[in-house]
Amino acid sequence: MRERTSPLPGTPLSDAAVHRGDALTQQWPTSLRYAWDTGVAMGRFLRELKNGRIIGRRCERCQRVLVPPRMFCERCFRPTDAWQYVEDSGTINTYSESYIRWDVSRVAEPILVAVIEIDGASSGGLMHLLGEVKPEDLRIGMKVKAAWALPEVRQGSILDIRYFKPL
Amino acid sequence: MRKVAVVGAGLTRFMRRAQETGPELAWLAASQALESCGLTLKDVGSVALGSAPDAFDGVHMKGEYLSPGAGGWGRPVIRPYAGGGTGVLMPIHAWFHVASGISDVCLVVAEEKMSTCHPHPQGAFITIFDNILERPLGPNLIWIFALEMRRYMETYGITKEDIARVSVKNKRNGLDHPSTHVAQEITVQDVLDSEVMVAPVNRLDISPASDGAAAIVMASEDVARRVTDKPVWIKGVGWNLDTAYWTNRDLAYPAYVERAARMAYKMAGITEPRKQINIVEPYDPFSYKELHHLEGLLLADKGEAPKITADGVTQRNGNMPVCPSGGLLGVGNPIAAAGLMKVAEIFWQLRGEAGARQVPGQPKIGLAQAWGDLMQVGTVAVMGID
Repeated sequence: MRERTSPLPGTPLSDAAVHRGDALTQQWPTSLRYAWDTGVAMGRFLRELKNGRIIGRRCERCQRVLVPPRMFCERCFRPTDAWQYVEDSGTINTYSESYIRWDVSRVAEPILVAVIEIDGASSGGLMHLLGEVKPEDLRIGMKVKAAWALPEVRQGSILDIRYFKPL
Repeated sequence: MRKVAVVGAGLTRFMRRAQETGPELAWLAASQALESCGLTLKDVGSVALGSAPDAFDGVHMKGEYLSPGAGGWGRPVIRPYAGGGTGVLMPIHAWFHVASGISDVCLVVAEEKMSTCHPHPQGAFITIFDNILERPLGPNLIWIFALEMRRYMETYGITKEDIARVSVKNKRNGLDHPSTHVAQEITVQDVLDSEVMVAPVNRLDISPASDGAAAIVMASEDVARRVTDKPVWIKGVGWNLDTAYWTNRDLAYPAYVERAARMAYKMAGITEPRKQINIVEPYDPFSYKELHHLEGLLLADKGEAPKITADGVTQRNGNMPVCPSGGLLGVGNPIAAAGLMKVAEIFWQLRGEAGARQVPGQPKIGLAQAWGDLMQVGTVAVMGID
């Protein structure tokens, strides 16, 4: 982009100016770490992932099976009533192929990502990765199934499902 | 409730990287906004200031950090926050202050300095995802827009070309905006040929990370009539939050934008938005979002916004100019400041002061809208000159 002139205030800074030391920068690398308590609903959900199962919570008032589970129904604003196992399969609601990681570094092979409507859950479901499929074969409505990590390496994490693959 | 008007506005340049600090940028915009209507800090009764995630700056308490440059001392100060929706949430809060009689003049200041975060400001967005379910997947913010864009395209049979026209229009409109750092003359083919980031989103479908600031002055009727003969009234405000469980909602249609719009229309007495609203600044961080939002704002039928775009309705000289400023795609996207820039654009357009960007036909009613959080908040302001 060519450098534009403007009547408005503000001083665009070029990388060269920073490298030359014309403009000073203070650096502060952070090293904070967090340990999140997973809570009642997600704690159980993650434990069940370790067992190779997906679990939701049922609200008897609105008759929804909530995945991800919550101990309260945010619509009815009352406690949910019961745990309910759902399938480890589902339908692709939407998908994409990412050529960047979270920090915008490029990847050669695209990361395949989707929103998956979990069978047995009321609406929608989870964002997760896709595998064992070519990007060009993906389509909305495709049936997929969880590819679980081996039991001995599962940690009670969303990554206990390595990805979803075509059923 | 008292009538509330916008009486002044100011902007900095939008830049990939600014030499100025956040408070310095805030000062440059705020001081211009006051000067534009002949007011000084002594006249200001309250301050609404806004900025998006603190993670960009690495400075928590960003409200207090920015406050010296925003006139924020010795008076009521608020920092409303709704991610990308902040730019229009601030004037909504300022409207509370003035309409309620809490203050006669509210200074509204938005600042964003994204360039601080390394290696790339996009990385800071990982902190907005669900910490247990989503962050372990290593999501990039563009993922969710690519997912939403694909769902929108497939639901209504919309093509990449349909969507690329928004980038072409807005980047061209931006050539006339003095704040821009990303305006250019491009073609639909240029958009399609640009680097694929997260399919179906290409580089030219995305607004940039930017540094910059915007400010407006909002005032009671008494003050407004004293300082200007062209007050621009806030006719209606609305905002709405959808479920935080974003994977549980309809990605093809922004229902929360519709709810926000209906709230603002009711207050403004808008019963036929397509006839009554002359000019629109919907939030356009991604090309498809302009279309998505036009539909949520009830300014196009579901799935039909691409058609009115292709037909030229949304061009500056069309029947309903959309993003005449150039928007986020054409001017830049210092997040909160970009949303407030849209309010400033409607202010200048309705006053006939938009210079090379001025739309023909002396528009009477305009709308600015922003959108954000994890893509589930809509914020709307309807403005008019009668």
